[in-house]
Amino acid sequence: MPEPVQLTKFGVTELEAQHALDRLNVRDVDYADLYFESRTSESVSMEEGIVKRAAKSVSQGVGVRATAGEKTGFAYSDELTKKDLEIAADTARYIANSPKGDSPVPVPTQRRPTRDLYPIERAKAEVATADRVALLNEIDAEARRYDPRIKNVMASFNTEYKVVAVATSDGTLVGDIQPLSRLQITCIAEDGDNRQVGSFGGGGRVGFEYYHEDNRHLGYAREAAREAILNLSAVDAPAGVMPVVLAGGWPGILLHEAIGHGLEADFNRKKTSAFSSLIGKRVASDVCTIVDDGTLPFRRGSLNMDDEGTPTSCTTLIEKGILRRYITDKLNARLMGIPLTGNGRRENYQSVVLPRMTNTFMLAGESDPQDIIRSVKKGLYAVSFGGGQVDITNGKFVFSASEAYLIEDGQITKPVKGATLIGSGPEILTKVSMVGHDLKLDNGIGTCGKDGQSVPVGVGLPTIKIDEITVGGTQR
Amino acid sequence: MHQGQRGTEPATITNGYAQLAADVLSRAKACGATEADIVVADGETFSVQVRVGTVDRLTKAREKRLGLRVFIGKRSATTSTSDFSQDSLERLVADTCTLARAVVEDDVSGLPDAAQMATDQPSLDLYDETVLDTETQIDWAKRGEAAAFATDPRITNSEGAEFDSSSGRVVLANSHGFVGSYKSSNFSLSVSPIATESTTGAMQRDAWYEVQRKFARLASAESIGQEAAGRAVRRLGARKVATKRVPVVFDQETAGSLLANLCGAISGYGLYKRASFLLDKLGQTIASDLMTVYDDGRMAGGFGSRPFDGEGLATRKNTIVERGVLQSYLLDTYSGRKLGLPSTGNASRSVGESPSVGPTNFYLVPGSKSAQEIIGSVKEGLYVTELIGFGINMVTGDYSKGASGFWIENGELAYPVEEITIAGNLKQMFKDIEVIGSDLVFRGRIASPTLKISELMVAGN
Repeated sequence: MPEPVQLTKFGVTELEAQHALDRLNVRDVDYADLYFESRTSESVSMEEGIVKRAAKSVSQGVGVRATAGEKTGFAYSDELTKKDLEIAADTARYIANSPKGDSPVPVPTQRRPTRDLYPIERAKAEVATADRVALLNEIDAEARRYDPRIKNVMASFNTEYKVVAVATSDGTLVGDIQPLSRLQITCIAEDGDNRQVGSFGGGGRVGFEYYHEDNRHLGYAREAAREAILNLSAVDAPAGVMPVVLAGGWPGILLHEAIGHGLEADFNRKKTSAFSSLIGKRVASDVCTIVDDGTLPFRRGSLNMDDEGTPTSCTTLIEKGILRRYITDKLNARLMGIPLTGNGRRENYQSVVLPRMTNTFMLAGESDPQDIIRSVKKGLYAVSFGGGQVDITNGKFVFSASEAYLIEDGQITKPVKGATLIGSGPEILTKVSMVGHDLKLDNGIGTCGKDGQSVPVGVGLPTIKIDEITVGGTQR
Repeated sequence: MHQGQRGTEPATITNGYAQLAADVLSRAKACGATEADIVVADGETFSVQVRVGTVDRLTKAREKRLGLRVFIGKRSATTSTSDFSQDSLERLVADTCTLARAVVEDDVSGLPDAAQMATDQPSLDLYDETVLDTETQIDWAKRGEAAAFATDPRITNSEGAEFDSSSGRVVLANSHGFVGSYKSSNFSLSVSPIATESTTGAMQRDAWYEVQRKFARLASAESIGQEAAGRAVRRLGARKVATKRVPVVFDQETAGSLLANLCGAISGYGLYKRASFLLDKLGQTIASDLMTVYDDGRMAGGFGSRPFDGEGLATRKNTIVERGVLQSYLLDTYSGRKLGLPSTGNASRSVGESPSVGPTNFYLVPGSKSAQEIIGSVKEGLYVTELIGFGINMVTGDYSKGASGFWIENGELAYPVEEITIAGNLKQMFKDIEVIGSDLVFRGRIASPTLKISELMVAGN
């Protein structure tokens, strides 16, 4: 089990937290919490063969929140004195202009998360800068060794060490220590006037040794170099509607954009999502079962508890094509009268809690991935993607391929230049006709943006076939 | 209207921060730094979101941050903290110097030359002393949303309306003895209504917003709400179109995104890393001869205006593109030295990071045609009002994005379209700009009038 996080870590006593919660205890406030956070972020980066930059940032603060019906009052402070907590509490309760509550706030009892998904000792989380520099130097050499046409390698290694504690008006005080790291590599390949880019990366809630296991970092370097070299021979992408086969792993970003955001409870409570009131209805073909699972060890999207202190869980969103659940935070679960799924997340103490995804993926099916490709006469095989985006209300989503190939007569043929794929969330999964038995989770690079807040997430997918989707290339 | 005046405290605090900066700089020197600079930023923000007539979320905060960059010879590192206590700052200086010693020497690293530091610091009309009380700001958001609902019965729901006000101060000091500071403020209202088609139940969202440095310049809440409603309603009944090559008219917002792509491609960092599709193009034709682009760091009240850049150099007005010929990149000291060119005064600095390059007020000089005239000139084509996704390859210029807007038939907007993509290559797209509109409006750092590109691939059915 993780060590319990004490409030004294933030220079605050339990009594002071209790007082602040008591100040928030006015009649119309349904729920209030204090979120204490201390974060240390470090990064080193290299380009042109030298590790030029190192940076470190530390921040600490508290977010104070009160909810009353649908209303949320929120204040935050980077000072943690008794006085600052009081000012923040008075601001947060402004939305509930009502007299003192009748029942007293329960004294928070110290709990610790019931799981320990990322047991990394502080000592192991601290890595000497020289070791990080050495890691990047090895990556640079490996990428250049892969092919002399690799002309520049940009690599960065980022770590974050976050300590949080949540004190709530429903009587809990629970904390967590959340390490996170990511290694990202971009290669530029040049052949005459033809210049192309390739990227690869990975990470998670892992220690530094993770990147050296089986020389994982060198594998990343080769992948980034391979993609850049491959793109030197890429032809223009086709335009129009066609069958698309998505490879396993990171292409799971399709699920994140096409359906994941649309199943976040806030949009559905407000009935602004294309998925509003579709619970129990068919939204995918019966080969599709999709979950959001925050409980996978060491994963980038995993958490022992969400940012409201609720243990994360594995939630079945879509079961054999039928929409089962929305993902919730406390506010939306209470207002909608639906189960709490442990998806209340925030970027930092300066942000409000929103229902957010953790690791979202489709369960493995029964098809052989080779058979899936063989079943396509003319289409696209997409292996890796850049970013994606969705319009929640009309359900239209896009995601952009960074490595893709033409499929001609059941065979993978030429690599094609990146193209954006566009579809409609509530429809796209009804067009999934085959699901491979090769479920793969991504390597730990995903960051999800919502309402201006970024949080780390994971995705996953087996090889799947989508019978038709619009591909935004330039060629007829 | 409830308004007040901010107190006289700011000047004192600025002086306090200047003293704090001087202390940290001398501590860094004692720790072995040969050069250093420091940024201190603080501010207060207020935000209220109203949804369907009631307050959904109210946020209020003050924050502050300090960023330090040190050079030990040709090695450098950057750090930041929100804790200004003596202990914390002592640790910060020690950590920064340790980090700097761990990285590799970089020949061109270092502060700008002392002689280059800004000598004048004009006020540029960036700050408004108006303090709005909570009820006034809630009222603005409520009126904006109510106006959207009142505009059309098909506005049935809302993502809400948000009123934000913020003000802040930046102090920059370095070991050359430069100390600069400025204050700025922002007031904004955005309204995001949802329209529903009664027959199918299909929903469309759109939004409109306005932001100003000075509160008094903000358009009425009602006009912003009405514009937002009109934009959502006009999307109802959107359909796909067949895949074909057609002329494409970009509205102000989407044209601005093309200009942002240009801005990225001429940023010094992308260029020296050879990660831009506009390498080695200085002095060459990169765009239609209709195209002239300026970057003006000293435009009064501009969203990108500031008296000095992120390294303390005076901002200025640079000609970026003149009649299609690339005249200047956007550079800070480091990327300039890498390319053998002087800084253009475009260092942009977030507190905890080493400088990068950013636009100030980057805009395309307007032409003479109205948007309506431009649309009127198209027999069959696309009028794009929204782009989604990240389908741009900055190394090659390959462009493929999700789009929605209107199909143009015989010079008229015939029907709304969605779930389509537009694709081409930015290198060619800038050359294919056929008409530039007269409707330049600044709503951010980057602004463009409506423009027409002769042909792009539209993918749909």
